[in-house]
Amino acid sequence: MSLAKPAMRGLLGKRLRFHLPIAFALPLVAAAAFKYGVTEPRKQAYANFYKQYDTTAEFNNIREAGVFESVRPTGK
Amino acid sequence: MLRLTAGRVGCLLSRRAVVGMTNSGARMSSHSHHEVSDQVDMSQPMYWDRLDTPLPDRAWIDVLDSKDKSLKQKEKGPWTALSKEEKIALYRLKFNHTYPEMKKPSHEWKTVIGGMFIFFGITGLVVFWQGHYVYPPQPHTFGEEWQAKQIQRMLDMRVNPIEGFSAKWDYKNKQWK
Repeated sequence: MSLAKPAMRGLLGKRLRFHLPIAFALPLVAAAAFKYGVTEPRKQAYANFYKQYDTTAEFNNIREAGVFESVRPTGK
Repeated sequence: MLRLTAGRVGCLLSRRAVVGMTNSGARMSSHSHHEVSDQVDMSQPMYWDRLDTPLPDRAWIDVLDSKDKSLKQKEKGPWTALSKEEKIALYRLKFNHTYPEMKKPSHEWKTVIGGMFIFFGITGLVVFWQGHYVYPPQPHTFGEEWQAKQIQRMLDMRVNPIEGFSAKWDYKNKQWK
């Protein structure tokens, strides 16, 4: 019964050759996924919101709701 | 890696168990001198079955009868002269368990999981009793009306109007989107 001689050398190199490309590729993929899945939509959402944001009108709405402390709602 | 540490812990447990009740098994019977007390003499070379340390300090069977002795004499010659059965007999003289026998899975996990669930159950009972007898009354801010007023105030303040809370409220139609 003769078994094949096991690999005695180059074990770390073999492991690195397999794992290092993955170690570099996976974070890049993760970063790209996060950028295009999360941050870009978020930037768009903010841009869209402020495109049609009427500051004065919103101020008056919030004032009428009574949450401001510096101005009371109109009428009191 | 995991198997190594499990083997180490298993060996620790078995070693402590053996030191505690040393007359168990063939381990003592094959040792040459008889202990007066119930202790293994730890100053003598020991035998162990460990995955990470393959060659223990002594062979499994120390005390050889005449048949074993003649086999050991034959071992001093060329090994090609040994038959398969003789080689296996020599192995079994030297070692107690083979690696597959050492690695044989046990039913211990059932005990562990069962014990875990028992303690989860006891803890659950304790938590339930605690919720009934120990906890003070809830703060008034947890009530239905207060929560409704709180939500209305958050919407008035436009909390997270772009992506979060107030973004989900339709201000024109006064309802959730």
